[in-house]
Amino acid sequence: MNNTKQINGAAALWQSLIEEGVDTVFGYPGGQIMPVYDSLCDFEKDIRHILVRHEQGAIHAAQGYARIKGKPGVVIATSGPGATNVVTGIVDAMTDSTPLVVITGQVSSAALGTDAFQEADVTGLTGPICKWNYQIRRAEDVAWAVARAFYIARTGRPGPVVLDFTKDAQVGVTDFHYEKCDFIRSYVPEPRISDQCIRQAVELLDHAERPLVVFGQGVVLSGAEEALKDFLIKGDIPAGSTLLGLSALGSDFPLYQGMIGMHGNVAPNIMTNQCDLLIAVGMRFDDRVTGTVSSYATQASIIHIDIDPSEIGKIIPVTVGIKGDAGKVLRLLTEKMKPRKHREWLEGFRRCHAVEQEKVIDAELHPSGGDIRMGEVVDAVSRLTGEECIVVTDVGQNQMIAARYSRFSHSRSFISSGGLGTMGFGLPAAIGAKVASPERPVCLFVGDGGIQMTIQEFGTIMQEGIGVKMFLLNNDWLGNVRQWQELFFGKRYSQTRMLNPDYRLIAEAYGIRCIVVERREQLEGALRESLSDEAPVLVDIHVMKESNVMPMVPPGKGINQIMLSQNEWYE
Amino acid sequence: MENEVKEYTVIIYTENQIGLLSQITNVFTRHGLSIWSLSAGATSMEGIHNITIVTSGLEKKVRESVQQIEKRVDVIKVFFYTQNKIVYREVALYKVHTNCLLEGDIESILTRHHTRIVEMNKSFTVLQKTGTSEETAHLYDELKPYGILQFIRSGRIAISRAQQEPILRFLRKREKEKKQLNRQ
Repeated sequence: MNNTKQINGAAALWQSLIEEGVDTVFGYPGGQIMPVYDSLCDFEKDIRHILVRHEQGAIHAAQGYARIKGKPGVVIATSGPGATNVVTGIVDAMTDSTPLVVITGQVSSAALGTDAFQEADVTGLTGPICKWNYQIRRAEDVAWAVARAFYIARTGRPGPVVLDFTKDAQVGVTDFHYEKCDFIRSYVPEPRISDQCIRQAVELLDHAERPLVVFGQGVVLSGAEEALKDFLIKGDIPAGSTLLGLSALGSDFPLYQGMIGMHGNVAPNIMTNQCDLLIAVGMRFDDRVTGTVSSYATQASIIHIDIDPSEIGKIIPVTVGIKGDAGKVLRLLTEKMKPRKHREWLEGFRRCHAVEQEKVIDAELHPSGGDIRMGEVVDAVSRLTGEECIVVTDVGQNQMIAARYSRFSHSRSFISSGGLGTMGFGLPAAIGAKVASPERPVCLFVGDGGIQMTIQEFGTIMQEGIGVKMFLLNNDWLGNVRQWQELFFGKRYSQTRMLNPDYRLIAEAYGIRCIVVERREQLEGALRESLSDEAPVLVDIHVMKESNVMPMVPPGKGINQIMLSQNEWYE
Repeated sequence: MENEVKEYTVIIYTENQIGLLSQITNVFTRHGLSIWSLSAGATSMEGIHNITIVTSGLEKKVRESVQQIEKRVDVIKVFFYTQNKIVYREVALYKVHTNCLLEGDIESILTRHHTRIVEMNKSFTVLQKTGTSEETAHLYDELKPYGILQFIRSGRIAISRAQQEPILRFLRKREKEKKQLNRQ
């Protein structure tokens, strides 16, 4: 049977994307990608192209999309500046294990290396920062390269791949025949789980008196949410989440103890240095999670489960390292371990929570007066959306407060730039999340610093009618840096004070409704109004100017050395 | 012992992919490891390339780098060894004035070092010596008084003391896994 037909490289790209189940891409045209855009006219019934306002917006939107969908987001950019504009997003996606296929235009292969107009060495630039890249120089390579790209991006520990597509390959004619990739000799996406490691881990679990689970996004990427719950219930093991693990367990799951790390909850942080067995699942011991490594859980045996063998032992020496898919490993452990009860150990967590509630949370969520606190806003949004919304954050205080006070009832409901901490991530990521999940409310928490880094994407919201709910926690400061200056740099506020524009005028210029909230009495009504329909809205909330995110494990301190306020430490 | 800086030979087998070498050397740079020698070329297995790198550092650092290199999709497998686990050689070429070969006891130096003459004409002679870097350096020192016009040394190549190329076992395993996949 001959099912091949002759098409050009650009059409082969769209055909290949369709073969991979792609129906949405985020992009921006330009000179060296024009044949691809020309060909798009023939595929408009199959492909929705979201035209962004800056390529950085495209890639963060694709990240938001991928995190919700659990499949690769697709980005299309032109050569040179188009390609360099997506570099930040590529690193971000690599750090946060987000599957992306990024397609960049490139000058004709004959002009490569001549400093041709809009030429940049894209494979050279992106080699160290992506999972895989390839320069397509012949139309006949398109199908092969796209198939490989999708296989690599989504399997194992997911990540971004880059296809650099020369103009002659876009216009060149080829036979088209698509075959999905399911094997690459040099690439082992999922290591085989070692029986011996499972036995050793079960032995540790069966004898632990004070076990603690810390889990990360690996649980979500593996689809291991239920497996994790079963494991925790059978072992009666309390669990804390990393920033990117948030929403994998529902906020009301009885053994869930909140977030770990610098601004995490007191209980799981304190107990990290008291447990006798720490079980790390699909997480990589980021320094924002561990505090000082040399004092991190040194009293405990450590089981580390990760699909990426290079993560095991990278930061924390392990007792047992289990290489493999989180869900499969957890199911094996659950099956083989004995059921346990740890009532007394769990009681200790409740005592820590009570202190945090009294010293930190009450003041943040139920202040007796004064300016609006960021926490109140996040708490109210969670309540008003019935804990059903997808929370997207930018980076900084808005992010930490949103992470601390959002409540979740579904997995894949929290999107944030974790490892790279990319300011400007939030707004475009929220756009991508809403495109991926139009039926759920998408709520963005963003600061007045971060929103201005990608505010041009208001144009995308306008043109595509994307109903994101944007909550601007506006304090006229770069709040997180200001907090560090206050606490660790002798209150020398170097370049953190911001004079803000009138956001209402900006939003309205793009046809986006804006509600300004200056006093507490306005807050509830404004939030209700903003959430009452499907339209995009910006709520510009003037919050307390100089507030600090607490609790805090200051840099250079152990994970159990926790500030509850400027002048009080947890004891 | 864990905190001892040692010399390691890193042997990398890769698919023949453009740009891979720079990604590999990048990993060394990022981990603050110097590359003392590098050699690259095709292997006896079709489509598989070998890159051999000599570096020095703490075992933990080298191991971490090796894992990061192995993570590159087109890298097939990476092995790293201390000196005693491999047989290794370098090639050095020395260009000297031909008439200096008639001087002193240079003949005995060349014999002692198993040196070969690879090109000779009226004005200069190119000598070749195969050995460890210490051995090639030693010959350099002995020839120096006679005047060395040019000197060049290759990167190290190395072969493990294991019976077979360890890469073969990995490739056979992958072949089997591919067959299983096709059956499913």
